[in-house]
Amino acid sequence: MKKLFAFVLTIGLGVLMIFSLRANTLFPEFGDVSIADRISALFLDKSVNGDNGDVVFGQTTDAEDGAANLVTSIVVDYRSFDTLGEVTVLFISSLGVALLLGVAGKQKRLALNFKPNFMLRVGSRALFGIILMTGVYVILHGHLTPGGGFPGGAMIASSILLLYLADDEFRTKVKGFKVLESVAGSLYVIVGLLGLVLATYFLQNFLPTGTVGDLFSAGVLPIVYVLIGLKVGSEISGIIDHFLTEGDLA
Amino acid sequence: MMLLDIVSIVIGALLLIIAFVAIQSKDLIKSVLFLSGLSMLAVVSFVLLKAPDVALTEAVIGSGLVTALFIFTLLSVKKEGSKK
Repeated sequence: MKKLFAFVLTIGLGVLMIFSLRANTLFPEFGDVSIADRISALFLDKSVNGDNGDVVFGQTTDAEDGAANLVTSIVVDYRSFDTLGEVTVLFISSLGVALLLGVAGKQKRLALNFKPNFMLRVGSRALFGIILMTGVYVILHGHLTPGGGFPGGAMIASSILLLYLADDEFRTKVKGFKVLESVAGSLYVIVGLLGLVLATYFLQNFLPTGTVGDLFSAGVLPIVYVLIGLKVGSEISGIIDHFLTEGDLA
Repeated sequence: MMLLDIVSIVIGALLLIIAFVAIQSKDLIKSVLFLSGLSMLAVVSFVLLKAPDVALTEAVIGSGLVTALFIFTLLSVKKEGSKK
């Protein structure tokens, strides 16, 4: 009876949400929105400060923002300060995990109640490289294809997690990860300050943007995304290590 | 176009059902696995809504990292009074 009530409540809430959104004129049907009326048009034409004309993949040069991926151009260029805040949020959460679960002195791996066999160990080593390379690819092509620093960093962290899963003796160099994380985070702020010094405002794109669609294009965007990827990857790997280690009492 | 509509409706219904099952199941491990399935279906619906960036992030974090962390934690937490 209770289950039935909960089910009806869930369905009812969903139906209510759908119908109230349908009745709202601020939410047009999917695909019916005229982009020209929206602020997205400025981002699509890459002409927030001036007129660039039409942006053609592989032909347009020196656009205001050279990223072929619109999401990247908003996340790391026009709204880069938001991303700095997001990185800070992740840093604080990893700090919280370290404060709660970190131990001083000797550490050992948490005993799992299953024993990884030989095949799992070897297979995971082979998969580790593929996942790591995918993560690096996603980070490096963040300004051209979907993805970028956050998903790529999470992919790197999941490859590390795979090693932890498959080998109950494995531990990463946690100290190195901490150094990498702080260096990447500081360099992000330094890139922002360079924008302030060389151009007009904090985190401005101060390098030439090149041709839209080239690997080496979009100015500081790839640099910032590589830094974010390194930071996110090392941060989440650190969190995973904290989850899977404990103090050695013996 | 018609086929895409049907697919998205089916996926939406499945999302609701799997979310409900994930909440209701007694076994915590099963609950986590249903949550992972929910993330995978959410990835498909994000792709249908033409948001590949969100889909990629959801695939990596929602169904990869979070599931693995949950399962690791559940495997290492021992029940009160259990023999192991």
